[in-house]
Amino acid sequence: MNHARENSWLILIGIVGAIFLIGAPQVLELFTIINLTTAIAMALLALSLGLVWGFGGILCFGQSTFFGIGAYAYVVAAINFGGTSWAVVVAILVAAAFAAVLGYFMFYGRVSDVYLGVITLTVSLIFYNLMRRTSGPEYKIGDALLGGFNGINAPPLNVPGDASWILFPEDVFYVAMAALIIGYFGCVWLVRSHFGRVAVAIRENELRAELIGYDVRLQKLILFAVGGGIAGAAGVLFANGVGRVTPDVFNLYNAALIIIWVIVGGRGTLIGPILGAFGLFYLISSLGQQTSINNNLVLGVILVVFVLLVPKGIVPSVIDLWDRKRGRRGQFRRHGRRQRRRGGRTAETSHEG
Amino acid sequence: MDLYIALALQIVYGIANLVLISLGLAIIFGMMRVINLAHGEFLMLGGYTVVISTNAGVNIWLAMLILAPLVVGVIGVIVERVMIRFLYGRMVDTLLATWGLSLVLIGLVTTIFGAQTATTISPPIGAIQIGDFTSSGYELFLIGVTVVLSVLAYCALKYTRIGLIARGTMQGAEIASALGVSTSRTYAITFGVGAAVSGLAGGLLAPITGVLPSIGATYIAKAFITVISGGTAILAGTLSASTLLGGVNSVLSYITGPTIGEVGLLVVAIVLLRLMPQGITARLFRRSL
Repeated sequence: MNHARENSWLILIGIVGAIFLIGAPQVLELFTIINLTTAIAMALLALSLGLVWGFGGILCFGQSTFFGIGAYAYVVAAINFGGTSWAVVVAILVAAAFAAVLGYFMFYGRVSDVYLGVITLTVSLIFYNLMRRTSGPEYKIGDALLGGFNGINAPPLNVPGDASWILFPEDVFYVAMAALIIGYFGCVWLVRSHFGRVAVAIRENELRAELIGYDVRLQKLILFAVGGGIAGAAGVLFANGVGRVTPDVFNLYNAALIIIWVIVGGRGTLIGPILGAFGLFYLISSLGQQTSINNNLVLGVILVVFVLLVPKGIVPSVIDLWDRKRGRRGQFRRHGRRQRRRGGRTAETSHEG
Repeated sequence: MDLYIALALQIVYGIANLVLISLGLAIIFGMMRVINLAHGEFLMLGGYTVVISTNAGVNIWLAMLILAPLVVGVIGVIVERVMIRFLYGRMVDTLLATWGLSLVLIGLVTTIFGAQTATTISPPIGAIQIGDFTSSGYELFLIGVTVVLSVLAYCALKYTRIGLIARGTMQGAEIASALGVSTSRTYAITFGVGAAVSGLAGGLLAPITGVLPSIGATYIAKAFITVISGGTAILAGTLSASTLLGGVNSVLSYITGPTIGEVGLLVVAIVLLRLMPQGITARLFRRSL
């Protein structure tokens, strides 16, 4: 995609997002709005993995770790502080800090990507086992009982600075949707900045990037921590949407779900994972109303089919298809630019136009 | 004195347990450099095979030692032929596809047998007495099985023709295939054997843990971390990593309870990987199996 067209797409996405932000609470029922808040939290989580995996090439199978840590940190901090103003900040910082610590061991140990995926997944599963066992009264952080299998009730968000002014579910929707829009455009800005271009360079060829003189390990560490922070923010929204945080945020099913959103939506785009998360959220909600087909089965089949048949994901495949159709008509005008852009990467595409 | 014997037994069992649940994964990883994310579900299928066939009247020993590895081994070969072989050389896609398979298997078993615990079976060996302490006889039996399994694997790799081919493929798949070894068939057999060992482990553990469609998740965290810490040498890696991690886990669990034990295992493994990113056997025991 060239920059001019990408910009017009971004404007379109911004307009659609803004309309949705303002319009949805006017049109939809309260129950749908509360559900939507959870879906938006999932979309933000998908965005965080889309950034880390799609642009940094970091194969993180346990993005649920940072999501869960964010959710738990938010609840624990909110209970201890007696208000959520700082709890949100604490949650994001704790999630980012944990990602940074874990990232230090992995990136500075130069763990390869397959190992990295399995290690991050293992960390998430161990958190799941750990939090499930915290049911006794002795397991508490400050005033907050961790509650083991049953989890903790999440205090609702309040207006920053005034703990008694608690937001209504519609207001939480506005906050969530605004957070998603800000997160999305923040990520777009990040991947277009110098930092983001270096990240992509590392994804494409780590050795080359290192020989040019970039500190690959630090670069990955920072990107991973940013992704962890965004996932933590998603955890805060999730805690608000559901009203409760349980150890299930860390489980294998959730970890798989995040990967599937990104695979289905498309790696290397930012809007793809978001659309994937929304689409699958509604698919699963509609499946939840019947019992004959198991969710795991459906997700598993989707994952296998996409890996084997649509490895790029939906959004990049659609863009490719679009390019091929448009390319035939507008080839003379765009020929030079396309060739320059694609030149080094794939030789066979340059003589296609 | 009796306390120390009982404690030592617990530690050895902790180690043997790790070896048992990791060996099938290590075989596939060592040969093909593929982490099979459906490993937990292979264990789960082994467990279901035992529970179902025992309830149908099959002798429990027959079900555990023969039926479980056989059934899961056949499933493994089918999976390799239908799915994995299209993905060789695409490491990440292999991981993702086996993850999809894991979800499919959980879904299928839930659909067929329901999400609840299937009728459980009790361990066929009772408790034994060590001085003032009682210990589980079945755990002793599992330690024995693990030792026999490790020795068998060693002999098979070291002294048989198939083992020779396997080692050759492991060291250099291209050269092996240039010398006339069908690597594709070797991989299919490896995947089958790895699955069979996982099935055996799942079957043996079924009387202790019971079976659930989602039981795989409780094993895989430990199995993954053991295999990755061990590195690519199948036996030396699994044994050394299991000894270290299982030892840490058992000792910490004895002192503080099982919650901290598992966290300790993870922390040790992550620090270990910072020091030896390719696993223990990339640094120590380099020429071992």
